[in-house]
Amino acid sequence: MADKARFMELITGYMDALYTAAMRMTGNASDAEDLVQEAILRAYRGFHTFQEDTNLRAWLFRILTNTYISNYRSAKRHPETTGMDNIEDLYLYKRLKRGGLLGQGRSAEEEVLDSFTDVEIKEAIEGLPESFRIAVLLSDVEGFSYAEIAEITGVPIGTVMSRIYRGRKVIQKVLHSYALERGLVDGPSSDKPTLDVHTPDQSADELESSYRDGQLDNISDGVSDLPDGSSDNISDGSLGKKVKCS
Amino acid sequence: MTDNTSKNMRGPEIVGCREAMAKLYSFLDGDLTEQRREAVQRHLDECSPCVQAYDFEAELKKVLAARCKDSVPGYLKERIYNALRSEEQKSQPL
Repeated sequence: MADKARFMELITGYMDALYTAAMRMTGNASDAEDLVQEAILRAYRGFHTFQEDTNLRAWLFRILTNTYISNYRSAKRHPETTGMDNIEDLYLYKRLKRGGLLGQGRSAEEEVLDSFTDVEIKEAIEGLPESFRIAVLLSDVEGFSYAEIAEITGVPIGTVMSRIYRGRKVIQKVLHSYALERGLVDGPSSDKPTLDVHTPDQSADELESSYRDGQLDNISDGVSDLPDGSSDNISDGSLGKKVKCS
Repeated sequence: MTDNTSKNMRGPEIVGCREAMAKLYSFLDGDLTEQRREAVQRHLDECSPCVQAYDFEAELKKVLAARCKDSVPGYLKERIYNALRSEEQKSQPL
């Protein structure tokens, strides 16, 4: 059994991460402060049930997520999901590539990435629909594995993966719009699809089914398009044939 | 759907561009087995278009992580510690 006095020692190291997550979940400092405090108090009360050799960080984030879902979610934090699936994979990357902004010493690419302000990055994440926002936050900001995120959020791994991949597409589209406003990338003329090799998108159910069957290695990320320039050299799918695409 | 990945009975697993792109996020998120990760890495060592996409996505992932941090305000820390101490006192036997 874990000691409550030990909790006071341990929690200090997790406060910033919990507060960051709470800020992205609620979208405002006042609710984030209340959420973090309530989650930490809940964790304190339940700490006697926590086994010290298990994942404290994941346990704390599960309590934070559950507290948010129970008490803080609201209608205004549920943006529309319509249109999310019509966004091309690797949206930002492909537009930089088409605009000739990649592969030239990386300076142009860095200029675009460096141009995004902290506020813009935070807004891009906070603008996602709730379930996608939490999945992307736990993956990209907090670095949890798919399995840990599934445990924290209580949804199947296939659903977690689908939410992360779809959420990232939306973030890339939002960031692209910022780059467009600054004139760092070309406008709509570079939006036309130029890739011609696709693999079918997989649904969350299919991802989950593959994962359950122990076929993790065969799960597609849903990144279905190939990078520009590589499609001409794709093999015909013959097994064992090595593909050279550079 | 074709799969240009194979397990060569006498040699290492071969990964093509299609498979490499399908595994991009699993690779960057650390969710591949060691064997599959190595197979993807071998492909990246030889394929500049794929490695360019991987590099960009990895960089973007770093940007998201780095630019999205907040520090808990000092007054909130104090408030939380006070609440914890109050909670502790409540749980003490009279």
